[in-house]
Amino acid sequence: MNLRNVLIVFRKEVRDMLRDKRTLRSMVIIPVIAFPLLFGLIGWAAEKFSSEAGQEASSVMVRGGDDSPKILEALRKSPAIQIVPYQSDARQQVSDKTIRALVEIPDGFDASVTAGNPQKVSVDYYEADMKSELAKEKLQKFFDDYRVRIAAQALAARGLPASLLEPFTVGAQNIAPSSRVGAALFGGMIPYMIIIFCFTGAMYPAMDLTAGEKERGTMETILSSPVSRTDLVIGKFLTVVMASVVTALISILSLGVTFGMSKGRMFGGAGSATQISIDPAAVGAVLVLLLPIAVLFASVLLAVALFAKSYREAQTYVSPTIFLVIAPAIIGTLPGVELNWKTALVPILNTCLVSKEILAGNHPWALMAAVFGMTCLYAALGIVAAVTMFNREDVLFRT
Amino acid sequence: MIEARGLSKVFNNKKRGEVRAVDSVGFRCEPGQIYGLLGANGAGKTTTLRMLATILAPTSGAATVAGFDVVREPAKVRAHIGFLSTATALYDRLTASETVEYFGQLFGLDSTAITRRSAEIFKTLDMEKFRDRRCGKLSTGMKQKVSIARTIIHDPPVMIFDEPTNGLDVMAARSITDFIRQCRNQGKTVIFSTHVMTEAEKLCDRIGIIHSGKLRAEGTLDDLRAQYGQSSLEEIFVQVSGDRR
Repeated sequence: MNLRNVLIVFRKEVRDMLRDKRTLRSMVIIPVIAFPLLFGLIGWAAEKFSSEAGQEASSVMVRGGDDSPKILEALRKSPAIQIVPYQSDARQQVSDKTIRALVEIPDGFDASVTAGNPQKVSVDYYEADMKSELAKEKLQKFFDDYRVRIAAQALAARGLPASLLEPFTVGAQNIAPSSRVGAALFGGMIPYMIIIFCFTGAMYPAMDLTAGEKERGTMETILSSPVSRTDLVIGKFLTVVMASVVTALISILSLGVTFGMSKGRMFGGAGSATQISIDPAAVGAVLVLLLPIAVLFASVLLAVALFAKSYREAQTYVSPTIFLVIAPAIIGTLPGVELNWKTALVPILNTCLVSKEILAGNHPWALMAAVFGMTCLYAALGIVAAVTMFNREDVLFRT
Repeated sequence: MIEARGLSKVFNNKKRGEVRAVDSVGFRCEPGQIYGLLGANGAGKTTTLRMLATILAPTSGAATVAGFDVVREPAKVRAHIGFLSTATALYDRLTASETVEYFGQLFGLDSTAITRRSAEIFKTLDMEKFRDRRCGKLSTGMKQKVSIARTIIHDPPVMIFDEPTNGLDVMAARSITDFIRQCRNQGKTVIFSTHVMTEAEKLCDRIGIIHSGKLRAEGTLDDLRAQYGQSSLEEIFVQVSGDRR
C-alpha cells in the first residue's frame, strides 16, 4: 500500500462526493431533520392523546339500577363519566367504539349495599380501544371510591374511626439518577437510529464510487493510471467511512439539539419533576464503538456495489441489505434482549446492546472490549472482501 | 517501445464457456512509429490494448512496454504510458484543471511540475478558457482536450489509443488524429486500434490485422499490398478477415 496514493485518491473522492447533491442529501439533510421530526411527532401525539383522552368524559351506558337511585346519582355526578341513555345494542356499541363502556347494576343494589350483602357490578369494555380501557379505569376508580365512602359511612354509623380503612400507607420514591431514566427511555432507540444513519450515510457514496464510476466510464480511466487497485479501494473506502461517520455525527448533533429543546414539552411539561439527561461522555464512548461499524458498512457496501454494472443495479443489491442492518438493530431495542457473551458475537446487535448499557451508565468492560474486538474483526473481513473484489477483473469489467 | 510475445487472454463466459478473446498475439512497435491494430468489433483489439496497459492481466504470454514487463511491473508500465479510449470518461464533478492535477499526482509528479506542465498543455491545446469549468458541463470537443491533457501530463514515452475516434464528429476526430501524429513526431511509441480503414491508411507506419483473437496479417502498408495483391487496405482487410470465417 502506498499511503501517498491513498491520500490522493481520498482527497479527490471527498471533493467529488461533496459536489454530489444526492450524497449530500443523505449525509446532511436527512439526519438533520429526522430527529426533530420524529420527536416532534411523538411529543405532539402524546400531548394530543393525553389531553384529549384524559380530559374528555367517557360516554358510558348503564343497564339496570332503576331501584337504586343512589348509585345512579353518584355516577351521574362523576365528572369523568358521561352517562348516555341505555340502548339494547349497548355491547355492540362498545365494540363499535361509539360508547366506551357498559355498566350493569344488579337489581336491588342500593338496598343490598345498606344491608351489607355484597353484589357484583359488571363493566363491559373493549381492550383494543385505548379510550375504552381508560373508561374502564375511570369506572374502577369511581367504584373504589364509592366503596370506601360506603365503608366509611358504615364505620361512622358504628362509631368507629375511618382510619381503620387505611391502617398504614406506602410511599414510593425514584432513586435512579435522571441520566438513567433518560437511558431507559431512549437507550434502545438512540443507538438504533445512529446505526441506521451510519448505514444510509455510507450507502450512496459507496454506490457512487463503484457502480457509478463504472456506469460513467471513469473506471477504465482510473485503472490506466499507476495507482494500484488496493490503493484505489482504500482511498474510496476511507471516503465512505468518513461519509458514514459524518452522517452519524450530524444525526447525534441533531438529536442533542432536539433533546435539549423539547424535553420539557415532551415529558409532562412543568408538572413533571423528572429531568431527562444523557451523559455526553457516554455518547462519546458510543461513538468509539460505532467506528468499526462504520468501517464494516463501508467495506461491505463497496464490495457489494462494485459488483453492479450501474447505479441502478447497485441499488437493487444494496436496498435489501438495509434489512440485515435494521433487523438486529430492532432486536436490540427489545426490552428482554440483553448483552451477554452470546449476543456480543452478533454484529450490529452487539453494538446496539453495548450502547444501551453505556447510555444507561453501566460499564461492563470485558463485554465492551469483546464487542469492539468482534466488530473490528468483522470490519477487517469486510475490508479484505472489498480489496479482493477490486482485484478481480471479472468484477471490475462485468458486462 | 512495445513488444508482445504470444499474448493470450481467456475469459470464462457463463453461457459460452471459455472464450479465447486474444490468442498468441505477437508484434513490435518502435519509437517514432504508429502501429495500427485493425479489426472488426469483438476481434480482440480492446482486450489486447488493455493487456498492454495492464488493465487486464494476460492469461499467458508476455509483453514489455517502455522496458517494463506487464505482468511483473504493471505499476511501472502504467506510469510510462498514456491510455486513451472513447470508453475512458472524465469525472463530471471535477474541473478541467482539477482532472489534470489529479492524474498528475497519481503519475507521481510534484505540484510545481504539475503547474508547469499543465500550463504548457493548456496553452498548446487552447484550454485556458474552460480550465475551471466542470467536465460534466463541457462540450464533446472540450472533453476530448481534457482527456488528451490528462493522458500526457506525465509526458509518457508510449501512447495507447483504443478506438479513439469512435463516435466523434469529423472535427473532433481530426483533432485526435492530429494529436496521434504529433505524438509520433515527438518520438513516442504509438499504438492505436480502429476499424476505420482510411484512418489507418493515413496514419499507420505498420499495420496488424486481428481477427477472432489472432493476428492474421502484419507489416507496413506496402508489405500488405504486395502480399495480398490489393491496393486498398479495405480489400486487404476483407480478404484477411473474411476468407477464414
